[in-house]
Amino acid sequence: MIERASGLGPDATPEYRELIERWEAKAERTPSRADKGSGAVDRTISDVPLKTLYGPQDVAHIDLTHDLGVPGEFPYTRGIHPTMYRSRLWTMRQFAGFGNAKQTNERYHFLLSQGQAGLSVAFDMPTLMGYDSDSPMALGEVGKCGCAIDSIRDMETLFDGIDLGEITTSMTINGPAAIALAQYIVTAENKGIPRAKLGGTLQADILKEYIAQKEWIFPPRPHMRIIIDMMEFCTREMPKWNTISVSGYHIREAGSTAAQELAFTLADGFAYVEGALARGMNVDDFAPRLSFFFNSHSDFFEEIAKFRAARRIYARRMRDRYGAKDPRSWQLRFHTQTAGCSATAQQPENNIVRVAFEAMAAVLGGTQSLHTNSMDEVLALPTEKSVEIALRTQQVLAYETGVTSVVDPLGGSYFVEALTDEIERQALEYFDRIAEFGGMVQAVEAGFPQREIADASYRYQRSIESGDRVIVGVNAFEKPDEVQSPHLLKIGAEIERGQARSVQDVRSSRGAAAVEASLAALKRACRSDANVMPALIDCVHAVATEGEIVDAMVEVFGRYTEQTQF
Amino acid sequence: MATTTTKPQAPSRPLRVIVAKAGLDGHDRGAKVIARALRDAGMEVIYTGLFQTPEQIVQTAIQEDADGIGLSILSGAHMTLFPLVVEQLTLQGVGDIVFFGGGTIPNDDAAELKRLGVREIFNPGAPLSNIISFVERECGKRRELEG
Repeated sequence: MIERASGLGPDATPEYRELIERWEAKAERTPSRADKGSGAVDRTISDVPLKTLYGPQDVAHIDLTHDLGVPGEFPYTRGIHPTMYRSRLWTMRQFAGFGNAKQTNERYHFLLSQGQAGLSVAFDMPTLMGYDSDSPMALGEVGKCGCAIDSIRDMETLFDGIDLGEITTSMTINGPAAIALAQYIVTAENKGIPRAKLGGTLQADILKEYIAQKEWIFPPRPHMRIIIDMMEFCTREMPKWNTISVSGYHIREAGSTAAQELAFTLADGFAYVEGALARGMNVDDFAPRLSFFFNSHSDFFEEIAKFRAARRIYARRMRDRYGAKDPRSWQLRFHTQTAGCSATAQQPENNIVRVAFEAMAAVLGGTQSLHTNSMDEVLALPTEKSVEIALRTQQVLAYETGVTSVVDPLGGSYFVEALTDEIERQALEYFDRIAEFGGMVQAVEAGFPQREIADASYRYQRSIESGDRVIVGVNAFEKPDEVQSPHLLKIGAEIERGQARSVQDVRSSRGAAAVEASLAALKRACRSDANVMPALIDCVHAVATEGEIVDAMVEVFGRYTEQTQF
Repeated sequence: MATTTTKPQAPSRPLRVIVAKAGLDGHDRGAKVIARALRDAGMEVIYTGLFQTPEQIVQTAIQEDADGIGLSILSGAHMTLFPLVVEQLTLQGVGDIVFFGGGTIPNDDAAELKRLGVREIFNPGAPLSNIISFVERECGKRRELEG
């Protein structure tokens, strides 16, 4: 069924009217495809309904000055910088970490020698959950999903030979984010680099942990307090540090739609803003250093529309609701990673192609930095070869395709503008529903975003089961006799044993009294209204391990348990 | 995957399956989708939630009188945690519970796990219908043996 909407704007000439009517008549008569995968051609991957053709009427309501504007100006729909990639390419930042600090350090030196501009640390599961490598909870997990960091000693090894005053580092850690930041500060200061000179980003987005990624430690409210403590500390002492990377990536990986990713991520961001305002901070003192992290999934135009809508919604709320006056507080800066969940274990080479399209969507959407996934990540940690291909994909995109020459090249596209509007509308609807809970923290406690995402994820899986959607190599064009590459990177058990020994060595080689005193002081800080950051830095100086620090904090705050639902 | 030609006899009560997450792995999208799909296929599904130990998973299966356990691991810890569940099943004398799993598990690891007693490992992208028919068939057989 073809809707009769395209192209009949108020200014249409009789000649154009006739043309479009002729098209509509032809389109009505033309039979639709009925092959596998055609069941979903009338909607995006997130189930946003699509017309066959878009025209002037679909964008007639859009105000050129107030809704689109120009790049580098409010509401930044077309980009946050006036000339975007003409003045500066996005940062090619590949997330890496595996095994122990020494192995990861070697990978960093390799990536830097290949032209990568910034580092991005992947921690292993025990580190992300606040357990030392010799904890029974860490069994089988050490060094698997990232690098194991138990104490300041590991952090020093991780950045050995790397100038922390020059490089910027992104650290993907949330529950123990404040501890990782303290370790990073002490590592730099031990080398004579003052904290004020450090540049980088901490993910530190705890709300999306309850929603999607599930790497929490404490219950939401004490966790929020620690995040606000960190924002306050960084605002005062680390002018170049980006305090929070508000992340939609994991929300999308958990199965959300594009609009849910956008809505829940922005709502999380606004919850941090409101927390900081409640602490008495001035919005323009901290907002310029909030950044965002989005997923780039396989539906090309929907992703571009999502990025454009994100900037517009954020700018308006920051200015109009939170009273930000500094234009930098209005600008939504974001990192993008291609969708891990779109990669397939079948015919993994196809993932190179998926990643290339997803990366292009991110660039056409105006991203500030980008991680391209490696083809084999659905099976194991990426090999050096597949990481190199992923980085080369970005370089081809940047230097060969020409997409960097013109700012927001899809701006003004009837389709992209209409879709940008629609995604924005859906996100705003979610804001209203979140407000009914009393805010995002309450909505998360009630399990609202969690339920919405689980429902969307199940709908999506059903559409693949039914054949409405095709995933190449999975439910169409399969290769039944496919043999998996033997070249997968595996982390052996010796890493776990070695790391467990090493944290035990650390514990026996330091001053026990200083550790005890620093942990006692930390607990006092947690019980009081004081900012916890200075006490955490003292613990790191005393070489307390991450697990010890977390245990001390759990004594005060408790550990979170999820109300399970499916 | 092979399918049986004769449908297992309709059990007197629905098949009961535990869907489990072990270790520190928080990737629960797949586990939740499988849990719903099995439920929609008429089974009783108990989802353990995150961060379970192998002992807890097997205890839950015993308490719930489950026919099968499906374990999902995407953190790389599968070669540690799957064998520990197999060990617990044997120790507790419930080795007949149909134990299967899935996640980011390379084929050669999957082969090794099957050798150790895991009945089936499903790759990312495995059709839900395959998983449902596997569970119906294997858990159905177990019921028949129980009489």
